[in-house]
Amino acid sequence: MSGSKDWPLWEIFVRSENGLAHKHVGSLHAADAEMAVQHARDLYTRRNEGVSIWVVKSSDIVATDPSQNESFFEPSEDKAYRHATFYHVPEGVKHL
Amino acid sequence: MTGHPEARAKRASKGRVEYLLRLGDNALVLAQRSAAWVAHAPVMEEDVALANVALDLFGQAKLWLEYAGKLENGGRDADALAFHRDSGDFRNLLLVERPNGNFADTIVRGYFYDAWANLALHALARSSDEHVAAIAAKSAKETAYHLHRSEDWLIRLGDGTELSHDRAQHAVDELWRFTGEMFLGDDVDAEMTSAGIGFDPASLREAWLERIGIAFANAALAQPADDWMQRGGKQGHHSEALSYLLAEMQVLPRTYTGAQW
Repeated sequence: MSGSKDWPLWEIFVRSENGLAHKHVGSLHAADAEMAVQHARDLYTRRNEGVSIWVVKSSDIVATDPSQNESFFEPSEDKAYRHATFYHVPEGVKHL
Repeated sequence: MTGHPEARAKRASKGRVEYLLRLGDNALVLAQRSAAWVAHAPVMEEDVALANVALDLFGQAKLWLEYAGKLENGGRDADALAFHRDSGDFRNLLLVERPNGNFADTIVRGYFYDAWANLALHALARSSDEHVAAIAAKSAKETAYHLHRSEDWLIRLGDGTELSHDRAQHAVDELWRFTGEMFLGDDVDAEMTSAGIGFDPASLREAWLERIGIAFANAALAQPADDWMQRGGKQGHHSEALSYLLAEMQVLPRTYTGAQW
């Protein structure tokens, strides 16, 4: 049997309850998607953490380049007006 | 059945206790076997998966043995039954006490048991004994996953590399002779079946063979001929493999009586 070093890495996303988004919880090794789902179930939902699991091959994830952080993320730092904190919330309005 | 009502009731409960010990001991012994993989599995992910299966089975064993102790009414709880009985008092199938061997041996042993337990628990979920039905219904969900997992692995190994296929086939050939006992009834089975508490072991055979047959076809594994089958575990006749397992499992509570976490 081949070792885990021959198995690709998978990123695991778990939805903790219906209505919430799937959240990244970690990664694991598995030979294919089906095995990745089973391993994810055994590793990340054994304490009743989830109602749904997504697995994505780590190599399929396209990420930002840390060397571009300056141009990617810093321009939004001084644009506080983009936060919706300038509105008056009328009394009695809930769920905002 | 004849005799004094009290004596009759005692006999009836003795059969049921015996029956519950069989169910509990199957789960307990296989749990101990699975747990022994922890820190030895081929990959870390399987370490956790095998531990999860073991914990499910320990939980099932606890429920069956607790109920057995209660019906026995002799002051023995699940721990007393698990840790203070000797090999000859265990009532598990010979299959589950087979040593772990390599990963393929463990998967095949688990698969044969899971496929049987899945059918057995569904039958027991219709038991006239509400407590038996409740334990079976809870356990059936866990076992459905164990079966899904072991069947998946069986096919991966059988239909995998030349080495994994050979090991899986070897495991099938070696363990086949321990499968017959699962479908062999005795007086206890007959008594529990007629009381509506249990099931006739022979009645599960066809469905088990059908499932195994499909998996073997997908795994490119050959089904061995039904040759001579081992028997006797249910009646307390065990191999020395169980003695070693019990020695390891029981040493602590037997050496330090009353030890607590």
